[in-house]
Amino acid sequence: MEIFGIPLRGLAGQLLIGLINGSFYAVLSLGLAVIFGLLNIINFAHGALYMMGAFLAWIGLTHFGINYWAALLLAPLLVGLLGIVIERTLLRWLYQLDHLYGLLLTFGLALIIEGLFRYYFGISGETYEVPEALQGGVDLGFMFLPLYRGWVVLASLVVCLATWFIIERTKIGAYLRAGTENPKLVQALGINVPLMITLTYGFGVALAGFAGVLAAPILQVNPLMGSNLIIVVFAVVVIGGMGSILGSIVTGLGLGLIEGLTRLFYPEASAVVIFVIMVIVLLVRPAGLFGREN
Amino acid sequence: MTSVAPPAVEMLRISGLHAFYGESHILHGIDLMVNRGEVVTLLGRNGAGRTTTLKAILGLTGRRTGSVMMNGRETIGMAPHRIARLGIGYCPEERGIFASLNAEENLLLPPRVGSGGMGLEEIYGMFPNLAERRTSPGMRLSGGEQQMLAMARILRTGARLLLLDEITEGLAPVIVQKLGQVIRALREKGLTIVLVEQNFRFAAPLADRHYVIEHGRIVEQVDKADLSSRMNTLHELLGV
Ligand SMILES: Nc1ncnc2c1ncn2[C@@H]1O[C@H](COP(=O)(O)OP(=O)(O)OP(=O)(O)O)[C@@H](O)[C@H]1O
Ligand SMILES: [Mg+2]
Repeated sequence: MEIFGIPLRGLAGQLLIGLINGSFYAVLSLGLAVIFGLLNIINFAHGALYMMGAFLAWIGLTHFGINYWAALLLAPLLVGLLGIVIERTLLRWLYQLDHLYGLLLTFGLALIIEGLFRYYFGISGETYEVPEALQGGVDLGFMFLPLYRGWVVLASLVVCLATWFIIERTKIGAYLRAGTENPKLVQALGINVPLMITLTYGFGVALAGFAGVLAAPILQVNPLMGSNLIIVVFAVVVIGGMGSILGSIVTGLGLGLIEGLTRLFYPEASAVVIFVIMVIVLLVRPAGLFGREN
Repeated sequence: MTSVAPPAVEMLRISGLHAFYGESHILHGIDLMVNRGEVVTLLGRNGAGRTTTLKAILGLTGRRTGSVMMNGRETIGMAPHRIARLGIGYCPEERGIFASLNAEENLLLPPRVGSGGMGLEEIYGMFPNLAERRTSPGMRLSGGEQQMLAMARILRTGARLLLLDEITEGLAPVIVQKLGQVIRALREKGLTIVLVEQNFRFAAPLADRHYVIEHGRIVEQVDKADLSSRMNTLHELLGV
């Protein structure tokens, strides 16, 4: 079967790749959005912490025999803890200052973390085996679905929707939304906002660590894997609207798909299509598709 | 003697309070005292430092020095959320309704800071409009509804000291009247209230004592009993 002269199997395959990339964009930009909302910091260290999640999984497996499923829990936890230390010791001092300082500091952190990993592990990259339970795949008729890829999309979606639910529908989320609007008043009402900020940063970067573990069996575990991805993720964030929760999820997945389709119909443009969309969105709606203008 | 007033118990005592926003020095040694169950106003012209005094009580200004004792505890070194948890409810001048939360989420947001707060039913009884607007987003509420909500959300928490900043500002006379009833009801319940007001006619019959602030200092203190004899002084100071 063919659609627009493209075999259905090829179309479905590219859409799946797009969906997988979109899943990573969504999880990473969601973390950035949560952090930016409450801390007003553009977390440039996000890509490095994603890479760290992948490396922690690899180190865990090769040095300590910690399997994939445990790593899926432990690596984000460790990355989150590192985030908490970073927030308490470094970011805390920047909240009174312009966004730019947070961006510079986290950019510096990203360089240091990546530098350390390059120093210890080189840049040749390591491979991480797909966990046994998710090896192989199923033939869906119109396409062959490798189980692990399906799992990546599913796990990302579940994490994104759970995060969305917590933020939009629970009491903790109400604190977070209120704190995003007016942290001083929330604190004056008796809520420990400094603690909330610390935990939010920890949670946001833990999401990056989680995405890193998901990515490990698909991509090469490489100290530069974060910086390659994060540039695109920042474009996604700008398109979706800085700080918007739903915006980052929808935009992340949508742009992954658009990228996949472009690879199919006009491969030459696939590397830049997201940036072209970014430019257009910035011209038409500077606050982003889901952002609030103010 | 037919009745003996209960002995006054001090709730809030501020001495030599200085407060800053960055480099600007706004409060220059505020001294004032509020007993349990009293209603006290802070009067003054625009920019006198009344809002800043309320904020400084909660630690919301920049640097502050001096002493703010709440129920006998020094709070000058405490973080704002810890001060609030001593039993203070704050209704800010700009009302501070959160746009991304609906009315009921706004109402339920503040954590308990004391025992004996009002129940939801009681609050909706006091502010029937809010019951109808439960699910409306904060940004869709009218000015009057926002003011009611800003008051209502601190009544749930069990706060014993309420800091209310210009709650009548810009509201229709019926709503102002309603707020007057609410303040009376709260006083009956034994709550302690510090009221910042521009509307002296609203504040005068409600308060046990008035403080006048000018350039970040208390320049006058008038008890309810002396109000009529001191009216001229007050009018001069407030320019009303
Ligand atoms: N965030 C701020 N930064 C610097 N200065 C401020 C700030 N907020 C208030 N001020 C200044 O502090 C002084 C006191 O302000 P405050 O808000 O306490 O006045 P007020 O008595 O409440 O009067 P009103 O509410 O009518 O303006 C004013 O001169 C004001 O300009
Ligand atoms: Mg004021």
